[in-house]
Amino acid sequence: MGITRQEIEKVALLARLQLSDPELDTMSNELAQIVGYVDQLAEVNTEGIAPMAHAIELENVFESDQVGESLSRERALANAPHHNSIGYLVPAVLGD
Amino acid sequence: MSILQHTARELLGSLESREVSSVELTQACLDRIREVDERVGAFLRVNEDRALAQAADVDSRRAQRKPVGRLAGLPVAVKDVLCDREELTTCASRMLANFRPPYDSTVVAKLKSADAVLLGRTNMDEFAMGGSTENSAFQLTHNPWDLQCTPGGSSGGAAAAVAAAMAPLSIGTDTGGSIRQPAGLCGVVGMKPTYGRVSRYGLVAFASSLDQVGPLAQTVGDAALLLETIAGHDARDSTSLDLPAPRFSATVDEPLQGLRIGWAREHFAAGLDPEVEAAAREALAVYESLGANVREISLPHGKYGVATYYVIAPSEASSNLARYDGVHFGYRTDEQAMLSELAEERRRLESAKDQAGLQNLDTVLVRMYRRTRAEGFGPEVKRRIMLGTYALSAGYYDAYYLKALQVRRLIRQDFDRAFEQVDLIAGPITAAPAFKLGEMAGDPLSMYLVDLYTVSANLAGIPGLCLPCGRTKSGLPIGLQLQAPALEEERLFRGARMYERATTWHLDRAPL
Repeated sequence: MGITRQEIEKVALLARLQLSDPELDTMSNELAQIVGYVDQLAEVNTEGIAPMAHAIELENVFESDQVGESLSRERALANAPHHNSIGYLVPAVLGD
Repeated sequence: MSILQHTARELLGSLESREVSSVELTQACLDRIREVDERVGAFLRVNEDRALAQAADVDSRRAQRKPVGRLAGLPVAVKDVLCDREELTTCASRMLANFRPPYDSTVVAKLKSADAVLLGRTNMDEFAMGGSTENSAFQLTHNPWDLQCTPGGSSGGAAAAVAAAMAPLSIGTDTGGSIRQPAGLCGVVGMKPTYGRVSRYGLVAFASSLDQVGPLAQTVGDAALLLETIAGHDARDSTSLDLPAPRFSATVDEPLQGLRIGWAREHFAAGLDPEVEAAAREALAVYESLGANVREISLPHGKYGVATYYVIAPSEASSNLARYDGVHFGYRTDEQAMLSELAEERRRLESAKDQAGLQNLDTVLVRMYRRTRAEGFGPEVKRRIMLGTYALSAGYYDAYYLKALQVRRLIRQDFDRAFEQVDLIAGPITAAPAFKLGEMAGDPLSMYLVDLYTVSANLAGIPGLCLPCGRTKSGLPIGLQLQAPALEEERLFRGARMYERATTWHLDRAPL
C-alpha cells in the first residue's frame, strides 16, 4: 500500500516536524517501504488474542501517599531554553 | 595495560586486598582511553577529575577501614542515556546537547552508592534508535576488532569501551537488542534482564514497554556482578518488579545439572552467514559435551518479530518524544528566524490570494515546535516518530498498533511453550558479523532486519544474554545468544558461564 504525499504532510504536522520537500519525498518512499514490510502482520490470525501492551502485566500498582522531595522552581527551570524567574517563556500566542 | 586484562571480579579482589588502588586502576583506564579512544570513539565525554576524585575517596575510606560499597573502586562507563545530576546527559542528540538532569537515574544512584568510579559517558545511536551507533549526532564509534566496521548499536560505545579494555564494566540499554547485538559484534558479554528487573527511573525513554538497562563486561561473572548492583525494586518506576535482586555473582560459577538447551529452527534458516551458523552449531556441540540435552524447538511467530517491533517501538517513541517541544528543556529553534520565515510565508500566500494555504499556515507555537524538532532530531529519530505517528493515527490504529500488540502475545506464547520443553534457548545473536561503517546508510529497512534474533526477547519481556563464541576468518567476533524465561537470570548466567568456562573466546582481546 502506498502512502500519499498528503498523508505524509498530515502525519508530519501531527508529529510536529517540519520537513522540507526533499525530506517529504524521501520520507514517503522510506515509510512506504517499511509499512509494506509491516503489512505482513495482516497474515497472522489474531482472532480472540488479547493485545499485550506490557511484557510483565502488572495491574494496580499503588504508591503510598506520602509527600516526597520535589524539584525547586529554580532547578525545574534550569534547562529551559528561555525562562525568567517565574516560568517558561514562549513567543506571544494571543493575537496570532 | 596488563592490569586491564583482569576481570572486574578479579580486580575487585585486588582492590579489597589493597594490592591495587582504585586510583591506579582508574588511571590505567584513563591512560588506555587516551591511547586508543581517538581511534575507537567509544566515549562522548570522559570526566578524569571526577573519576580520580571518586577513586581517591574510595582508597582513603578503604585505608581507614570504613565501609565501602559493593563495587568500591571499580571503573564503570555509562551510556549517555541515564540521567546523572553531575553530568550532561545528551542521548547523542543535538536536542539534549546541553541538558543537565536535575536528578540521578536510579541506576546511576545505585552505582554511586556502590562506590563505582564513573569514568564517563559512552556514545550511542541518537535516543537509542539504531543498530550501528552511526545515528549519534556527535561522532562515529569504530569496532575495536576492525576499525572499518561498526560496533553495533545502539549501545555501541558501551560495547567498544569494554572490547578495547578502556573500562572493565559498562552500562547499556536494550530496547530491541541494543545491549546484546553490540556485545556480539564487539566480542564481549552483554545482558538484557527481564523487563522490570532494573528501574527505568531517569532513563531517557525510547519505547517504555521494551526499554531495559543492563550490563556489558568481558565475562559472564562480571556481568552478573554489575546486574546485581543495579537491579531491584524502585517505587519511582511503576513497572519495576517488587522482588529482591538475587546475588547472581555468588551462584554464577555453579554448573546447571540436567540442562536442556533448545535451538529454534527459525534461527538457523536462510540468510544466516555460514561462519556464524558454524560457530553457533559448534556452541551447541560444546553444551552437548558438557552433558546438556540439546534439542530442536520452534518459535513460529519469531519471523514477525521485526514487523511487530517496528510498529510498537516507533509508536511508543512518537509519544515519548513528544516532550521535546523547545519549551521545558533542550534545544529551541532561533525565534527571530522562525518568526521571519512565518511572516514571509504569510506574505507570499496573501499576495497569491491562497485562502486554503493561509488557513493551513502554522501558528507561531506550532511552527516553533516543528522547527525545533526538525533541527534538534536526526533523520532516524524523525523516521521513527513519523512511523509511530502514522501507526497510531486515525484509521490505522487497529490495522497496525492493535494488531502488533496481538502478535506480541503470540510471540510470548511461543516462548512459554518452548520453555515447557527446554531451560534455555541458544542461537546466533545476529545473522552476520559486524558490517562496514556506512554499509547500511540509506537503507533503513535492511538496518531494521539486523534485529531479527533480538527483538523477540524485548517483546516477550524475557532475559537474554550474548557472549563470544567464535571469530570469522577475517577476525570479527561472533556472538552466541542465550534466552531464559522471565526472572530466570540466575539460570541464564549459570548456563552462559558453563559455556564460557569450557571455551577461550572471552580471553581474546581486540588487536589495538
